[in-house]
Amino acid sequence: MLLSQGDLQAIVLTLELAGIVTAILLVVATPIAWWLARTKSWWKGPVGAVVALPLVLPPSVLGFYLLLAMGPHGPVGQLTQWLGIGTLPFTFWGLVIGSVFYSLPFMVQPVQNAFETIGERPLEVAATLRAGPWDTFFTVLLPLALPGFLTASILTFAHTVGEFGVVLMIGGNIPDETRVASVQIYDHVEALEYGEAHRLSVVMLLFSFLVLLTLYAWRPNRRKF
Amino acid sequence: MSTTITHSGIQARFFLRFDGFTLDVDLDDLPGRGVTALFGHSGSGKTTLLRCIAGLERVPGGYLAVNGEVWQDASRALFKPTHQRPLGYVFQEASLFPHLSVRRNLEYGRQRVPHSERRVALEQAIELLGIGHLLERKPDQLSGGERQRVGIARALATSPRLLLMDEPLAALDSKRKREILPYLERLHAELDIPVLYVTHSPEEVAQLADHLVLLEQGRVVASGALGEMLVRLDLPLAHEDEAGAVIDAMVAVHDDLYQLTTLEFDGGRLVVARSAQPLGTPVRLRIHARDVSLALARHDDSSILNILPAQVMAIEPAGPAQVLVKLCADSAGRTPLLARITRKSVDALSLAVGQSLYVQIKSVALMG
Repeated sequence: MLLSQGDLQAIVLTLELAGIVTAILLVVATPIAWWLARTKSWWKGPVGAVVALPLVLPPSVLGFYLLLAMGPHGPVGQLTQWLGIGTLPFTFWGLVIGSVFYSLPFMVQPVQNAFETIGERPLEVAATLRAGPWDTFFTVLLPLALPGFLTASILTFAHTVGEFGVVLMIGGNIPDETRVASVQIYDHVEALEYGEAHRLSVVMLLFSFLVLLTLYAWRPNRRKF
Repeated sequence: MSTTITHSGIQARFFLRFDGFTLDVDLDDLPGRGVTALFGHSGSGKTTLLRCIAGLERVPGGYLAVNGEVWQDASRALFKPTHQRPLGYVFQEASLFPHLSVRRNLEYGRQRVPHSERRVALEQAIELLGIGHLLERKPDQLSGGERQRVGIARALATSPRLLLMDEPLAALDSKRKREILPYLERLHAELDIPVLYVTHSPEEVAQLADHLVLLEQGRVVASGALGEMLVRLDLPLAHEDEAGAVIDAMVAVHDDLYQLTTLEFDGGRLVVARSAQPLGTPVRLRIHARDVSLALARHDDSSILNILPAQVMAIEPAGPAQVLVKLCADSAGRTPLLARITRKSVDALSLAVGQSLYVQIKSVALMG
């Protein structure tokens, strides 16, 4: 067996986390991207900057604030305790929430670009053909923005797989709960298990390369509207 | 709340100001049938006006009623969004949906119209625009002219109660324009859908319009029946190089011996080169002002075939050497004509308003 039981567990957990985060962000980021692409409001700048923050912020900073917010004395922690689900740090769902923030720009920005490229015209055309706003969204906007959504989903998934700092801050290192592949590698190195660290690292390296290869080799044929 | 009133025709009131541009339009007598051209130079506000009518620009304080149905009335806080207005819109670029085939593009709007309101059959729209052989293609496999024809058919297939066309030929070269114009004329002749047609081309106006609205810097300068508007000496149209009158006539007689065709209109007859159109076909004639000369007596010794009695209605200088003369070719004043002659000739003939004389027409352009 090339990978240990613990390694496989970590990989499955990582894929699970990345899949759930990508699904959540498809729903959460689309309206944000839509608003950013359309608005002429003064708030566009500040909101765009907040969305982009995880790109430049050390993950430990993001993780630290999330830890405070979700902890027993933080506002989110108070809410979750009041709801009777305890506190989120050091749980899988705490990790999901942290990752949603951490990967937000990777979903928002490509989708926002796609919406901006499509422009107003197709939406106006749809309106003159009797399509209401939701109808237009599903029959015109989504199909036209599909390449943007695919790019965004691949980036978000891959970026979540590669997450480390935020996980350490709010997830800790609990087997089968928060111990994702990147943390597992860190553990191997700490324990001087360089062979194990190598095997898992190679898997991660290949995965990341293949994802990026798919992304760069695949050129959606740009359609003229 | 009832949205119907008893007026027919189109009433439109819009006031809009942005980036130093003001649109201030109050039109209460646009005909509810035929083709109305919104004519003006770029920046005159004609496209903005069309977008207001479509509801694509939301104008506070606006009012719009189309053949008795109110689409927008600020005083009642009524604003129908674009997708609830039974209109068709043809954009300057065809703007077909690139992810759908021609057929699916045509069906897109039609599917969203209730069965009871479908009056134009899909087949009819396809046949009218001659696009039957293109149905399975994707938009990027079409030429510019084909795309625009599909765009027009797509708008027609929704059985619009008002068809809005925003310079549908402007993005095409002159060959493609000539390819599409006959389809637009057919549409005009075969479907009873009022059309608002934005253009800056006097040619398209002369060929297609029944009614003309002249826009300048966001305001309506004049609005009226095409025949009268083209010969109004106080408007810039009569002063253009290509200025002239249009006459709606009918094919009356074919002369096979001399290969000529006689056309009949209110107030007279004109002879043109043998036309292929069958007898009884309505046709539109264009007579350029530069092709009309005036004579005090009827000269039967002239080679010119088309000589009509007429009366001088107005005289207006047009440049240092030339003068525009507005005439009418029948006693009831129903067929106006325009002549551009020299100031010297005016003096030589001592022309005056009210005078009876003869017009000699050197050339008649037959359109459609």
